[in-house]
Amino acid sequence: MFGKLSLSAIPFHVPIIMGSVGVVLLSAALILALITYYGKWHYLWHEWLTSVDHKRIGVMYIILALVMLLRGFSDAILMRSQQAVALGADHGFLPPGHYDQIFSAHGTIMIFFMAMPFLVGLMNVVVPLQIGARDVAFPFMNAVSLWLTVFSAGLVMVSLGVGNFSHAGWTGYPPLSGLHYSPGTGVDYWIWGIQLSGLGSLMTGINFLVTILRLRAPGMTLMRMPIFTWTALCTNVLMILAFPVLTVTLALLALDRYLGMHFFTNALGGNMMMYLNLFWIWGHPEVYILVLPAFGVFSEVVATLCGKRLFGYTSMIWATIAITVLSFTVWLHHFFTMGSSADVNAFFGIMTMIIAVPTGVKVFNWLFTMYQGRVRFDTPMLWTLAFMVTFVLGGMTGVMLAIPGADYVLHNTEFLVAHFHNMLIPGALFGYFAGYAFWFPKVFGFALNEKWGKRAFWMWVSGFYLAFMPLYVLGFLGMPRRLEYYTNPAWHPWLEIAAVGAAFILIGIVFQIIQLGVSIRARETTRDLSGDYWQDGRTLEWSTSSPPPLYNFAQIPVVGSRDAFMRIKENGSAAQRPVEFHAIHMPSNTPAGFVIGVLAFIAGFGLIWHIWWLAAIGTLGILATIIARASHDNTGYFIPAEAVQATEARRTRAPGEAGRAGLNVFKLPGHAAHVQQGQS
Amino acid sequence: MTTTALSHDASSVHQHAESVNNAVFGFWIYIMSDCILFAILFATFGVMQHNYAGGPSGKELFDLPYVFAETLLLLTSSVTYGLAVLAMNRKNKSRVLGWLLLTFLFGLSFIGMEVSEFQRMILAGNGPERSGFLSAFFTLVGTHGLHVSFGLIGMLVMMVQVMRKGLSIPVQSRLIRLSMFWHFLDIVWIGVFTVVYLMGVM
Repeated sequence: MFGKLSLSAIPFHVPIIMGSVGVVLLSAALILALITYYGKWHYLWHEWLTSVDHKRIGVMYIILALVMLLRGFSDAILMRSQQAVALGADHGFLPPGHYDQIFSAHGTIMIFFMAMPFLVGLMNVVVPLQIGARDVAFPFMNAVSLWLTVFSAGLVMVSLGVGNFSHAGWTGYPPLSGLHYSPGTGVDYWIWGIQLSGLGSLMTGINFLVTILRLRAPGMTLMRMPIFTWTALCTNVLMILAFPVLTVTLALLALDRYLGMHFFTNALGGNMMMYLNLFWIWGHPEVYILVLPAFGVFSEVVATLCGKRLFGYTSMIWATIAITVLSFTVWLHHFFTMGSSADVNAFFGIMTMIIAVPTGVKVFNWLFTMYQGRVRFDTPMLWTLAFMVTFVLGGMTGVMLAIPGADYVLHNTEFLVAHFHNMLIPGALFGYFAGYAFWFPKVFGFALNEKWGKRAFWMWVSGFYLAFMPLYVLGFLGMPRRLEYYTNPAWHPWLEIAAVGAAFILIGIVFQIIQLGVSIRARETTRDLSGDYWQDGRTLEWSTSSPPPLYNFAQIPVVGSRDAFMRIKENGSAAQRPVEFHAIHMPSNTPAGFVIGVLAFIAGFGLIWHIWWLAAIGTLGILATIIARASHDNTGYFIPAEAVQATEARRTRAPGEAGRAGLNVFKLPGHAAHVQQGQS
Repeated sequence: MTTTALSHDASSVHQHAESVNNAVFGFWIYIMSDCILFAILFATFGVMQHNYAGGPSGKELFDLPYVFAETLLLLTSSVTYGLAVLAMNRKNKSRVLGWLLLTFLFGLSFIGMEVSEFQRMILAGNGPERSGFLSAFFTLVGTHGLHVSFGLIGMLVMMVQVMRKGLSIPVQSRLIRLSMFWHFLDIVWIGVFTVVYLMGVM
């Protein structure tokens, strides 16, 4: 009846796990209680959970990312403190089985449930605004992507308290992840968790590719597109090409585990190295999926906060395209030690070095944009500067690892751990933080507190150097990655420094939470009434109000050049109001996306625990929901011209009185007024 | 329709055409990604095709005339779907239904033959757990079969929709997308037939 599931799956006897489960459950209960106390269920359901508005979906993605950042970081702190003490006779506080789950969960969560939702969230918020569109091409599919991601993150969270998570690393290499060495359900949590979120990412890729290629404002040719939209476009291409590979790879591993097939087994004709190849054919482009949008953020931030046109726009785009193509030609550098011939390793080594060239082009473009600009040291710019210095350092260690001979020495050591954190923390996370601070006033209509932002920034950056530079040294000292216990006293001081670094980052995160609280309390003093919060906004998202109305633009702008909003300001036509207003067609909200997410969770849980009837209910439920949705012809309604006019009038009132009414922290104007839901 | 809605008729029609175009374009992109999915399965099959592990090879297992009959069924179903689209363009609802039904029956027979082929192999002890080669074979051919089955479900849904809603613009758009899907599966099958069966027997 319940497959492999029984009460013994809940680890009541492990205090660390029960403690974390307790914290998670308590915070969840607290949030639910608060929603009930303030009577916000109706609002939450109608305005958020069923919303298909790209801005709200983006915000929900970013909330998910921040929550999962806390979870992934808790894992990191556990690992750092374990390694700081587990020397010689002292085995630390984490047994090997638990430690293995922690590093597996840390990687999985940070890649799939922190970085991916964060970048997809930023794309959701920014891309339609930058291209002058009213929503994405497929708003309903957008909601499905969101809820698949949220509920697959839920599956990973459930593994904390019910059963185990995978102990096979975030890459899940067989034969360790095969049934023989991992008979429990941990690997299955990993498989179905990322399989579902991967489907969400694939749909996001398709959705945004169509959005960018088909919904641009008139006059916005490809070479007039804002640079963030360009990097988003290339990331979407990568998602569409790479994620099906992950889907197949995970499916084959699942077939090995569920139906006894022999793709990656050690016997009967299986081929383990094929898994590594398939995984990294997805995995290396994935790195660029994470990094390219961050490059886009840095480009926007540098141009805006230096008050200058971006240097080398065209070369920036060609560099992005070059990276997109080259990202598929380097995957083998993840396993030079597989033992391919010298020629094969040399080819992939050289390709890896070549991909550093377009990245270098970008760095010089940012530097030349700053040159002779008036650099404003606001938090987004600080993140950008820290990125440039730190990322170049990480890039150089990457070129070192690209030499197959050197890689044989450094493979699977802490040097590698230092290298990829050195790429992804500045290259992706700092970019997302910069974007978070940069577009926060656009989304909520008030700014983040600069003082706490800068404090958090300095803690993060110094923490980063303290935590990861020692790992380079440890790599040279020969320390392998993923050790829960060691006997070499020479490693110990470096690991202690790394633990101090992690503590610095913890303080940085605490400061970020304080920053959010302080900013919300002081929101009346930092209202963005102009819509152009940084005053030097160059692209279309700054031309509409902050927060933007539901329909984004009362009148779709006509674009005549790059940096379209800058051109409008130079022409002095920014303050002009449209002469006449038209009714605007918008997609209706629907619970179907949320429902599909819940059903996918049910199906995934059933598959993980071999509860076949539950899996069948979930799967058939999804099918039924899709069929019902596909038979539903006209989804959408018109916002009447008078309502548009009223909203716009509120916005263009004299500064000081504008925008007060109806704006509260988590409420974008226009949403509450689902006026005249007349089915057309 | 309310009066407000009436006055937006023109823009509504425009909206419709635009969203139909976007849906078709988006579906093309989806098919591209599905192409990658099959490409990876073909590549996997390429790596595994000689990993018999002491079990039978394709030469001993495949019944070429049987698979050729299967192939003809699927290819014919593509033709009949094409005729359904032609009838749709002439707004002939009953013809559309007739051709769709015929396509459905061809597709169903294809799936029936495939299932019975699988059943025969599994009962003889040559299931997917027998060897790496057979794992890859069942997965590649089975994934195609799964796609065809989803196509059949889609066809049932579309027949009901055509009957109940007539050939409205959204229904036509869905019929076009289903036809893209169906022809795509045909092309994939030609790859399967060549790479798996013909080259396997050679």
